[in-house]
Amino acid sequence: MKIHEYQGKELFDKMGIPTVKGVVCRSVQEALSAYGELGLKRAVVKAQVLTGGRGKAGGIKLGNNAGEIAAAAESILGMEIKGLVVDRVMVAEAVDIAAEYYFSFAVDRNAKSVVMILSREGGVEIEEVAAKTPEKIYKIPIFPFVGIPDFLAKKAASMLFDDWQLVMQGKDLIRNLYKLMVTTDASLVEVNPLVVTTEGRLIALDAKLNFDDNALFRQPEIEALFEPDEEEKRELEAKANGFSFVHLGGEIGCMVNGAGLAMATMDLIKLYGGKPANFLDIGGSSNPRKVIEAMKLLLSDKEVKVVLINIFGGITRCDDVARGLITAFNEIKTDIPIVIRLTGTNEKEGRALLEGTPFHSAETMGEAIQKAVALV
Amino acid sequence: MVQGITGRDGGFHASKMREYGTRIVGGTSPGKGGTVHDGFPVFNTVSQAVKETSADTSIIFVPAPFVKDAVMEAADGGIKLIIVITEGVPTLDFIAARHYATALGARIIGPNCPGLISPGKSLVGIMPGNIFTPGRTGVISRSGTLTYEVVYNLTRAGIGQSTAVGIGGDPVAGLYFIDLLQMFQGDPDTDSIVMIGEIGGDAEERAAAFIKEHVTKPVFSFIAGRTAPADKRMGHAGAIISSGTGSAKEKIAALEAAGVVVVNEPAEIPAKLKAVV
Repeated sequence: MKIHEYQGKELFDKMGIPTVKGVVCRSVQEALSAYGELGLKRAVVKAQVLTGGRGKAGGIKLGNNAGEIAAAAESILGMEIKGLVVDRVMVAEAVDIAAEYYFSFAVDRNAKSVVMILSREGGVEIEEVAAKTPEKIYKIPIFPFVGIPDFLAKKAASMLFDDWQLVMQGKDLIRNLYKLMVTTDASLVEVNPLVVTTEGRLIALDAKLNFDDNALFRQPEIEALFEPDEEEKRELEAKANGFSFVHLGGEIGCMVNGAGLAMATMDLIKLYGGKPANFLDIGGSSNPRKVIEAMKLLLSDKEVKVVLINIFGGITRCDDVARGLITAFNEIKTDIPIVIRLTGTNEKEGRALLEGTPFHSAETMGEAIQKAVALV
Repeated sequence: MVQGITGRDGGFHASKMREYGTRIVGGTSPGKGGTVHDGFPVFNTVSQAVKETSADTSIIFVPAPFVKDAVMEAADGGIKLIIVITEGVPTLDFIAARHYATALGARIIGPNCPGLISPGKSLVGIMPGNIFTPGRTGVISRSGTLTYEVVYNLTRAGIGQSTAVGIGGDPVAGLYFIDLLQMFQGDPDTDSIVMIGEIGGDAEERAAAFIKEHVTKPVFSFIAGRTAPADKRMGHAGAIISSGTGSAKEKIAALEAAGVVVVNEPAEIPAKLKAVV
């Protein structure tokens, strides 16, 4: 789960991490009054969207007076960045930057730990730095039961700063960022750029945070910040039913048990010349209610022309699954052709039950997908 | 032993594993120590269970919020192989538990995995035993039902399996491709290896580099998620393409460059395997 920069900034403020003054605004009028309230001369207007590359897209603009701030807000509000419409901006203090750095804590799959990542090459995309000059990026794995002892924070800060005063400021910032990461179950806490101002102050000029979806159950304050878009709302609705769902926009609606098999089903549809409408993992159960809810979800997509049900009955017996499907489709009446592939324990009994029903039954995954593609 | 043996899933699978021939010596359920559940002795703590039964492997079914403690308890109790079936475990919990268990010399498989099986010998997991058959092909997979799909195709074609391991779909997990490739390479009962990967992370690319250097047995692979969009989590917490990395295309290219036979669909694996082995 991602949050906006201004929300990240609020979390930074609570944790005592130095940021600049800033106010979130949803209109040009609000931007103007925020500019007045902040009592600043030079301010920056920043698009608040849940994606990177805002600067490149023209979503960050400076202003030296009310007129310029209004013009900046006017041009940024409503603009589209990577398909996302900007509905709010942050008006914030513009500081005089002496130097820019990169700093983050991230979950590293390979180190199997949280890793501190830092570089003197800040303010640019870190992926670019990593590709061109990997030697300029430092990575320090963190021992979970140790965290960041004093020496480690000083060592890390010394990789960025030569000045001792800055090392001491950096040490506190590093420890507080780590504290924020573990207390909120973040998977990423990124500050890019971390800046030193011309007055020698260390400031987190951006705040990018991602959170672990698996930990939201114990992070109600973080979960409350979630702003699902239309697609995510559908995904959430699916999740409430125990499904994983992602809309893809094609014509063949898929209902599969298991995430890997669901992905493979999408891939094979494409391979055989069709277009998958979605990814849908219904998990491991033959409960007719689940099938009904899944069908409703698939049929709510008006582009769906065929439904493909691919169930690998492992522990769940295929004859139970078949009975569940028959019960479900007695309740849901639809003219959309349905292809069913059942495999696993008691598969012959399962397929026998489906004979004489309007379903198109298939034995293998390949056969089912070819049938579904032909029916579009 | 089974941690969470009196729970619905723990109890059900304990009995399934016993039916398959696995020596399940008991389980834990705090507060129910001293009772017997479906013929299995129940203990309050892992330490007690290990002391009484000499269990050396534990399979964990406890709910996600309690997995961290359960893994650490198993390692502390002297368990050397810990299999975590539970899905939805917070990443930082698992990182901490894994560090603790590793320090005590335990190995973990999972979380969010179907476990492992040596067909005809032992099943420690939730896999449907009946689709497997003994043989000489090792299987490693990030997925559950997709593994069953692949194994089902192998078995139908008369290709048995030495051991199949589901490593789980989470971003941070215990034993991974490289650890298991190394074990299969050294296993005298394994002649060939099937590796089932998916989008997200770069474990397949790292595995490819390892195969190139250290694996002489033929490796066959299927990578799920060629059609997955970027920045969307495809069910598994780890299955997400982010910042242009983790795509199926890159993984397939890396594996092919390492001499791995990558198939377009699971059903192609048996024929490709028979052509080589």
